[in-house]
Amino acid sequence: MTIFLYILFGLMAGVFGGLGMGGGTLLIPLLTIFLGVEQKLSQGINLISFLVMALVSLIIHYKNGYIETKNIWYIIISGVFFSAGGALLASVLPSKILRIGFGVFLCILSIFEIYKVFKSTKNKNIEQKK
Amino acid sequence: MKRKQKDILGKKKVNSVKKQKLFLMLSGAVIGFLNGFFGGGGGMICVPILEKVLKLDNKHAHATAIAVIFPLSIISAFIYVYKGYIESLPLLTIGLGVVLGGIIGSYALKFLPPKAVRVIFAIIMFVGGLKLII
Repeated sequence: MTIFLYILFGLMAGVFGGLGMGGGTLLIPLLTIFLGVEQKLSQGINLISFLVMALVSLIIHYKNGYIETKNIWYIIISGVFFSAGGALLASVLPSKILRIGFGVFLCILSIFEIYKVFKSTKNKNIEQKK
Repeated sequence: MKRKQKDILGKKKVNSVKKQKLFLMLSGAVIGFLNGFFGGGGGMICVPILEKVLKLDNKHAHATAIAVIFPLSIISAFIYVYKGYIESLPLLTIGLGVVLGGIIGSYALKFLPPKAVRVIFAIIMFVGGLKLII
């Protein structure tokens, strides 16, 4: 049963991830809340499955011509250093703190996402009126 | 006179390009830190930055965000594995699901998810977030 749920949750997260809507932000809470997987373990699993998935979807996106390489190096270069720092910090903190932190992070992200959707609908309405 | 004006305009352009680069590097720091610290979620911050700063449209921003997050995740995944936060059974089964789902999702990017789906997704995320805090 657990194995079935692992595959199902992975599938759901994969679809959203491929759409660029944040597969990991779905997968991590699914695993920790419903299956009681430890926060750090969920994070590690998410990172690795993202890597495999990203490799596949990058090929598809590249073929579709959706990837823009200009100027993204600035984000990547500083990002690589800070992602190492973030991962090292996470590894020394207890899972409970990470769990609460991740909860706050999710709430902020979701409010921001709803704000974005409503803002874009508003802009469209104004354009239509013009 | 005209030349002077051109120089000033040129300088402004150089300044704004420099500012843009600096802003991109700062964004990279935030995206990288959060992605490493939480093991995911960096893409959700990356998409709006790519849209606003590099003026990419929605589809390009979503696809490019994956290309940005990929190298960052390699580094942090390495650290998680090194510190032992990985188990083979959940990894293999979940990974299988994620890869299959990812292929479906990538092809579906041609038809972007409607707003209703995004709002529902955000509400689920919010409830999930609250559950984690409590």
